[in-house]
Amino acid sequence: MKSLSKDRLWAIAVLTPSIILIGIFVYYFIGRTIYVSLTDWGNDPAQALALNPIIRWVGLQNYTELFTGFLQGRFRQELVNTLFFTVFFIVGCLGVGLGLALILDRNPKGEGLWRTIFLFPMSLSFIVTGTIWRWMLQPQGGVNQAPTLLGGQPSSFAWLSSNDSVLKFDWNNLPLITAAVVGAVLIVVAVRAAREGQRTRTLVAAACAALLILWAVFIGPRVRLLAAPELHGFNFAMIGIIIAAVWQMSGYTMALYLAGLRGIPEELREAAKVDGAQDAQMYRFVIFPLLSPITLSAMIILGHISLKIFDLVYAMAGPDNIAASVPALNMYLTSFRQNQFALGAAIGTILLILVAFVIVPYLANQFKTEEGHS
Amino acid sequence: MSKTPIKRALLIAAALATASSALAAGKLEIFSWWSGDEGPALEALVKLYKEKYPTVAVDNATVSGGAGTNARAVLKTRMLGGTPPDSFQVHAGQELIGTWVVAGRMEDLSSLFKSEGWSKAFPADVLKLISTKDGIWSVPVNVHRSNVMWYNPTKLKEWGVTVPKTWPEFITTCATLKKKGVAAPLVVGENWTQQHLWENVMIGTLGAQGWENLWAGKTKFTDPKVVGAFTTFGKVMDCANKDASGLSWQQASDRIVSGQSAFNIMGDWAAGYFTTTKKLAPGTGFGWATAPGTSKTFVMLADSFGLPKGVKDRAEAMNWLKLLGSKAGQDTFNPLKGSIAARTDSDLSKYNTYSKSAATDWKNSKIVGSMTHGAVAPESFTSAFGAVIDQFVSSKNSAGAAAAAQALAVRAGFGK
Repeated sequence: MKSLSKDRLWAIAVLTPSIILIGIFVYYFIGRTIYVSLTDWGNDPAQALALNPIIRWVGLQNYTELFTGFLQGRFRQELVNTLFFTVFFIVGCLGVGLGLALILDRNPKGEGLWRTIFLFPMSLSFIVTGTIWRWMLQPQGGVNQAPTLLGGQPSSFAWLSSNDSVLKFDWNNLPLITAAVVGAVLIVVAVRAAREGQRTRTLVAAACAALLILWAVFIGPRVRLLAAPELHGFNFAMIGIIIAAVWQMSGYTMALYLAGLRGIPEELREAAKVDGAQDAQMYRFVIFPLLSPITLSAMIILGHISLKIFDLVYAMAGPDNIAASVPALNMYLTSFRQNQFALGAAIGTILLILVAFVIVPYLANQFKTEEGHS
Repeated sequence: MSKTPIKRALLIAAALATASSALAAGKLEIFSWWSGDEGPALEALVKLYKEKYPTVAVDNATVSGGAGTNARAVLKTRMLGGTPPDSFQVHAGQELIGTWVVAGRMEDLSSLFKSEGWSKAFPADVLKLISTKDGIWSVPVNVHRSNVMWYNPTKLKEWGVTVPKTWPEFITTCATLKKKGVAAPLVVGENWTQQHLWENVMIGTLGAQGWENLWAGKTKFTDPKVVGAFTTFGKVMDCANKDASGLSWQQASDRIVSGQSAFNIMGDWAAGYFTTTKKLAPGTGFGWATAPGTSKTFVMLADSFGLPKGVKDRAEAMNWLKLLGSKAGQDTFNPLKGSIAARTDSDLSKYNTYSKSAATDWKNSKIVGSMTHGAVAPESFTSAFGAVIDQFVSSKNSAGAAAAAQALAVRAGFGK
């Protein structure tokens, strides 16, 4: 038995406890949550907290309720909020982080100090960040009072309490919109495949796209998820939360980018200069392409933070402000205030699926590159 | 030779110590969310308890957080985990009944009410709120009134308006004030203060009986009268400030003091805030009236303590409950807390100007429970209702909000 060397035995002995613990406290509980989300635990208040509650299997009823139920408009608004929050948060962090990194890369005076200052917000917890920014974004004080320092009128922007929104769409059109988007993506895939000369791929993608678009044109408009139209959009109340989140996390992306920039060998820059590249061209064609793996990992990390964000929103907007709410907050309220455990578990499962969308491709990518190296 | 008596004395002392520690093994854990401003009132009660039962070690398990939102989550974990505190604080009424009593987790306190003669000491309306047909479930310690309208007397004189008596009158007054350049005649704060306003508009429009019918399932939320009251609420909200969801109730009260707004509907804890924190004199610095349309009604909320099934120190907990319901206990606690006693025989000389007027009304008015503060609706309704109000405030769709409220009522099990 060559494989069971002493080293290997040690490794197994050391790893087993954590494997067992993770097995129970992560994977068993994931399974348990998914199971609970398929039951009716808590839908009847008398059974919710009873000593031996009667729990019945109801299949996907909780999920149907969340996406089409009359009372769950809040959840749907939160999904839309999460989408916008994720996009603006990631774009903001990457933009600000990259900008700061590029400035610091030019070796300004007191670079170490600046680096510390920019990275500092990350050492705070979201709840602290949220509390401070709530004070600053108060309607009567903070940022809105800034113009008075220059003799102007105080501004009246409702950073966290606005009810106005833009980019509104009707939730009833969601199947239609989804079909159109997926169809468009499939067409792009088909065109690419055709250019690369892969016949089967082209055909399959084109056929799927055609099917989806046919559906979207003929059947889609008649699908009604809800009895009445329900508008969701990007609420202005999210702006304050996005600003605070970007403030907190952009130092982190700066550190990532700075490490990436420092990792680019000087020879490459010199070679580019010798070839006559100007600064802008050097960044565009040499440095940014080399930073793309960093952008990817930053996006993944920021992406899953934004999907599961809870404390920042709780501290800034409060639990009952739908205009600026997120699914994680709703999960907490549903489970621990309304005692609807099954519905809360369903929201949790949806969050897990969303995070999996972000994490799984990343993990797959990581394993692939690791195998490639070994 | 001389050592023996000392040894003996030591032995006796040791024996006594073990004996007394065995006596002191009596323990009581009280679970509440009273910290900060309310801490001293609870401490006074605990002190009184220790005077009566000096051998009991009292463990004051407080989980801070406004209106007990954090405490309730911790409580849930403990109850489900099988380690209930000996006695816990809860808003009297459906918040306890709809959550823990229906789940069969509380002990019936009817016998305690009988043996202490509390059926006479507490008003019948209150007993109705804390009972089901199977028993009485908690001991109310204090009472707050939630249908109070606060205003700034100097400013009202300056604007030349009087305090409106009904909601339609309120809307007219509001229009007058707007013409005089008051941008927001009414000030509201974050979501729960809007729910608080909503229930006052409802009670002021439907009347006390109509309000009770709503929670007994006799009237549906989709009833035209209720939908009409929603519309009135929408008009009232048109008088309010636009930055509501960013304000705490204290910040909203500040705008009455500063004269930015004329009226605010808030519970009577605002009196404590005005007098203690803001150092204003009742009557001149701030004024109060019952919320429009509710002059003969006392909308109450109360903190109460119940007895969970299967607690470790049942006898000590019973003694605690006895103390809470007693005249001495209530008169120790309430002047410090800024509330009034739930008993009708309290010693009024201990209370301040506002509380005296509230205590008089307590004896003479029709008492109904507050929804926002857990008296008439279970947690599952109250918590989800926040979203309904939030949506209504931005959409002003009365029929939609009423239908949503009805669906919630059905789900919570009382609106069939």
